[in-house]
Amino acid sequence: MIKILELTGRYFLLLGKVFSRPEKMRIYRERIIFEMEALGIGSIPLTAIISVFIGAVVTLQMSISLESPFIPQYLIGYATRETMVLEFSSTVVALILAGKVGSNIASEIGTMRITEQIDALEIMGVNSASYLILPKIVATVLFFPLLTLLSIFIGCVGGYAIAYVTGIMIPGDYIEGMHYAFLPYSITYSLIKSAVFAFIITSISAFCGYYADGNSLEVGRASTRAVVASSIVIMIFNLILTQILLV
Amino acid sequence: MIKADHISKSFEGRTVLDDISVEFETGKTNLIIGRSGSGKTVLLKSLVGLHEVDSGAVYYDDVCYTQLTFNQRKAIRKDIGMIFQGGALLDSSTVVENVKLPLDLFTDQSEAEKMERVAFCLERVRLQGADHLYPSELSGGMIKRVAIARAIVMNPRYLFCDEPNSGLDPQTSVVIDNLIHDITREYNITTIINTHDMNSVMEIGEKIVYIHEGHKWWEGTKDDILHADNAELNDFVFASAMAKRARRAAR
Ligand SMILES: Nc1ncnc2c1ncn2[C@@H]1O[C@H](COP(=O)(O)OP(=O)(O)OP(=O)(O)O)[C@@H](O)[C@H]1O
Ligand SMILES: [Mg+2]
Repeated sequence: MIKILELTGRYFLLLGKVFSRPEKMRIYRERIIFEMEALGIGSIPLTAIISVFIGAVVTLQMSISLESPFIPQYLIGYATRETMVLEFSSTVVALILAGKVGSNIASEIGTMRITEQIDALEIMGVNSASYLILPKIVATVLFFPLLTLLSIFIGCVGGYAIAYVTGIMIPGDYIEGMHYAFLPYSITYSLIKSAVFAFIITSISAFCGYYADGNSLEVGRASTRAVVASSIVIMIFNLILTQILLV
Repeated sequence: MIKADHISKSFEGRTVLDDISVEFETGKTNLIIGRSGSGKTVLLKSLVGLHEVDSGAVYYDDVCYTQLTFNQRKAIRKDIGMIFQGGALLDSSTVVENVKLPLDLFTDQSEAEKMERVAFCLERVRLQGADHLYPSELSGGMIKRVAIARAIVMNPRYLFCDEPNSGLDPQTSVVIDNLIHDITREYNITTIINTHDMNSVMEIGEKIVYIHEGHKWWEGTKDDILHADNAELNDFVFASAMAKRARRAAR
């Protein structure tokens, strides 16, 4: 317990360093664009693949569960959309990206730590925490909501495709379900969640890497810790945000 | 001039540096020598503030560096160049980007001026045709040279080198030693080099400090070192067969 408090304290101290005044805005802009490419665009294929499959699977499952003459078919489309918007495209995508992006960030920064690259930056007079971590945080917080939108769209397309291919329901009903009882606010809710999760993944993973010290084994451990810790914190914040934003 | 005043440093109760006081002179190549694990790297990192000392103080030309805050230290850090034991080049940047980084961050020069300065420094370390390679594509000696180029690109007043020629062949070692020595004289830099290479000591050592198990055991010049009356130092100095022969010849 004391250990957790101590770690939390160090985490917030690091965040303080990360958000102190940047050295030169132009350099930061360049690095943000670079990180968006590396962490954001690089995550599009994975997000797209899992979303299309989940969309299709959810549609199949719903069509089996809701198979009854008394339930209108369009509810299948509705259920798929709600699943994607409310939970899958923000929370589950975030958990998957915690594995991909989180371990990437922790091992990159951890390697920089043990090979003294961070020391080298400090010696130049650079605020290494801000220089390395801030662009990653800004890039992911801006980009992950886009991934969420993409995931919602592709998931819904996946559902449509499976309806069309298997003939399990009339595609027209599916489209009707897509529009049924649509609340734009649920998209806002989803986007807020994914921005918060992006912050959690990036800052916690960077923290794990930044304080790695020792050898390459330690870098491996840091990246495992990053994935585990950010996943748990994501689940906690998923609950908190849902309580605040939806209930 | 850089001065350590009674500095001590321990890690988790284990003392690594014990009450070290020493002065390093401007315009000279100052050498810190000692066995592997004696505390050379920790001493160097304590001097530049990468390790906070437990007690004592470090002075840079009369400024008490240890008392400064992070932001106040920045001004001095811009005058510091450091070459790390492993090079510590940024893996995701090319040779040119690595050397140019300090200019990008701390000067308002135009791109052309910066590139000119980078080319000058790379020529100084005699590294050509590697401009757009990444550190993973370089040999150990090339990495050391890029690290030197990066360390001198801002015209430092203080230069720290942690084993600049470990793991290099004897010829390249001599080239790098002489390079650092020349730069030191030319720009009147305070240079401190960690080494356990007796060749470097005899080649470029002007002031030599011998560290033994975290204590300053001996200091002097390279002319004194062969005649020092100090058992541990003699063991260290005459560990190699060549040095033994040199002593015999001298007698
Ligand atoms: N961050 C650290 N935490 C704990 N102990 C450390 C740390 N850094 C160094 N030490 C210990 O301090 C002692 C001196 O290490 P140092 O790296 O200064 O040796 P060195 O003289 O540079 O050796 P080498 O010639 O092999 O580089 C070693 O016993 C090492 O275990
Ligand atoms: Mg060392």
